[in-house]
Amino acid sequence: MTEGVQVSGSLRNRLAVTLTGGAAVLAVLLFIVVRSYAAQIAQQGQDSILSASVTSILDAAVIRDGVVEIDFPYASFSMLSTPMDDRIFYAIYQDDTLLSGYGDLPRTAGTATRAYQGSAVRLATASRVLIGANVRTRISVTVAQTQDALSGTLSRISRNVALFGAGFFALATLLSIWATAATIEPLQRLTTSVTRRGPQDLSPVAKPVPLEMLPLVASLNSLMARLDQSLRQSEDFIAEAAHRVRTPLATVRSYAEATLQRVDREENRQALRSMIRAIDESSRAAGQLLDHAMITFRADHLERDDLDLVDLLRELVLRLTPVAEMKDIELHLRADGPVIINGDPILLQNALRNLIDNALKYAPGESVIGIRIITEPRFQVEIRDQGPGFPADEIANLTERFSRGRNAVGTIGSGLGLTIAQDVAAAHGGSLALSNLPEGGACVTFSL
Amino acid sequence: MKFLLVEDNADLAAAICSRMQLDGHVIDHADTIQDAIAFSETGEYDLILLDIMLPDGDGRTFLQRHRAGKRDTPVIVLTARSQVSDRISMLDLGADDYVTKPFDHEELQARCRAVLRRKSGTAQTVMQIGDVAFDPVAGHLTVAGEVVNLRNRELRLLELLFNAPGQIFAKQKLVDRLFSYDEDVSENAIEVYIGRLRKHLEPSSLRITTLRGLGYRLDHD
Repeated sequence: MTEGVQVSGSLRNRLAVTLTGGAAVLAVLLFIVVRSYAAQIAQQGQDSILSASVTSILDAAVIRDGVVEIDFPYASFSMLSTPMDDRIFYAIYQDDTLLSGYGDLPRTAGTATRAYQGSAVRLATASRVLIGANVRTRISVTVAQTQDALSGTLSRISRNVALFGAGFFALATLLSIWATAATIEPLQRLTTSVTRRGPQDLSPVAKPVPLEMLPLVASLNSLMARLDQSLRQSEDFIAEAAHRVRTPLATVRSYAEATLQRVDREENRQALRSMIRAIDESSRAAGQLLDHAMITFRADHLERDDLDLVDLLRELVLRLTPVAEMKDIELHLRADGPVIINGDPILLQNALRNLIDNALKYAPGESVIGIRIITEPRFQVEIRDQGPGFPADEIANLTERFSRGRNAVGTIGSGLGLTIAQDVAAAHGGSLALSNLPEGGACVTFSL
Repeated sequence: MKFLLVEDNADLAAAICSRMQLDGHVIDHADTIQDAIAFSETGEYDLILLDIMLPDGDGRTFLQRHRAGKRDTPVIVLTARSQVSDRISMLDLGADDYVTKPFDHEELQARCRAVLRRKSGTAQTVMQIGDVAFDPVAGHLTVAGEVVNLRNRELRLLELLFNAPGQIFAKQKLVDRLFSYDEDVSENAIEVYIGRLRKHLEPSSLRITTLRGLGYRLDHD
């Protein structure tokens, strides 16, 4: 029943994508923030050691006899040692003259990172003014260190943060799947409860639904209430219309029959007989047209139930026996034990009734109509009569709507009986087969 | 037999009544549920014919009250509906059978007989002429102490003759009563059944006389 409905996206997908996408963005953000914060702290650590080293060198600078002397304290370089054996560079300038160290080492104010000898180095520079007897000079010290240990630490931190971010993402994804399922579930429950209904069930949805679904369910309920009311109205209308039409027909028929008993002139009698036949014809056609419409409607939504085929046939035979007796026809039902099948009882009853009705119409007086249930290889009901049988050249077309056999001339019927039976059989996945018996008579096999 | 007809359409009721009286039945007519209840509580009926759509309610209401009152008079519903499920619900409510309007009177009577036969013992339907006792409901004939079972057409033919001994019945009228209107039969078809009845009645004091060109008559020696 989903054809004709336009689909625009899926709530489930939309929700899942939004939630997992949000989780992914959050995980990446978390990674970037934590990593840059860690890098900043690590850098601060290196910077403070570099500054301490520079300061300790500056502190060791003295002017002796007008000459600057620096005695490097051991700690000024040892404090910079790292497990990665980072290289250390230094440069000492007196005013702008290199006193000692690497002259090509970049000089910066404060701390900075520069490329030097093919790798990135962190530099710290500080200066101090030395005042001697008549000397006033400025000593500037730069210490640089490569960043192998630092980047090692940083990559370790990055890996851990990345793992943490991935874990967070996985957990958030699981959570979003669960949340999506939990949100969609009441919707699915509603769908199931509406889909499982029989075609006649137009009662409102009674199960509790989430607040957000209330407007939808409320309008669904009101739609079904209106549908129920209009169905009821049209049923009442059909019943009323049938009553209005059939009651006067019954009046005419009864009067015609009563008059036929009193009238003697053959031409008057003939007219009355034609009148009765016409009434029967029209009422039968109206009835079968309604039946056919009902069957077409119900065939789309079979109300299947387990039922006993023998029981159903027994009741039909009981119901039709008075009619059969009027022609001294014996309805012979051969069946023992219950035969349980799954089908729509109203449709099956209507179809089988039409078939037995047909047999009754065409069978001669004082004959036997045999009804038999076959269970192997499939469920079949076989109806045999001792009438004239089907015209051989028409047998293939007889189940068409409004088609009647040649020998039906003069017999009252609408040509819908076999069509109804065939439609019902088809709705149950079966078929209707017509054949003539070698000893004469028709045989109709209704298979399920 | 004595019938109660519950039908609000005056024309149809009159037609049914006149047709029933023609066959020698007694029939009372009620046109509302109220009247129907009053009739059924005071009179003794063999059968009730009930219309479903009545001015003061649904005929099914009557059916329920009728059954609740422990009355077992059989009820045949006259319905204008033809939906199968509707038919079933009426049988569930305690109707013994139903016919769909417009109905064949012969079929209605056949159904009446079938219903009465199922509830055997409720109706006194045996008719007696001379040494012949005839029970149209049970469908048998007692001739000189011997019970003869009749076929349906024999039964209906004999019922017609038994209701009016001495009256002449034209062949064509008998054909119209015995065969349905869509059966193509000649007048001579009736002779077979007359022949059979004569054989059944052989040992008795009853005779079926042929009046050439006029028809048949049941005579009592």
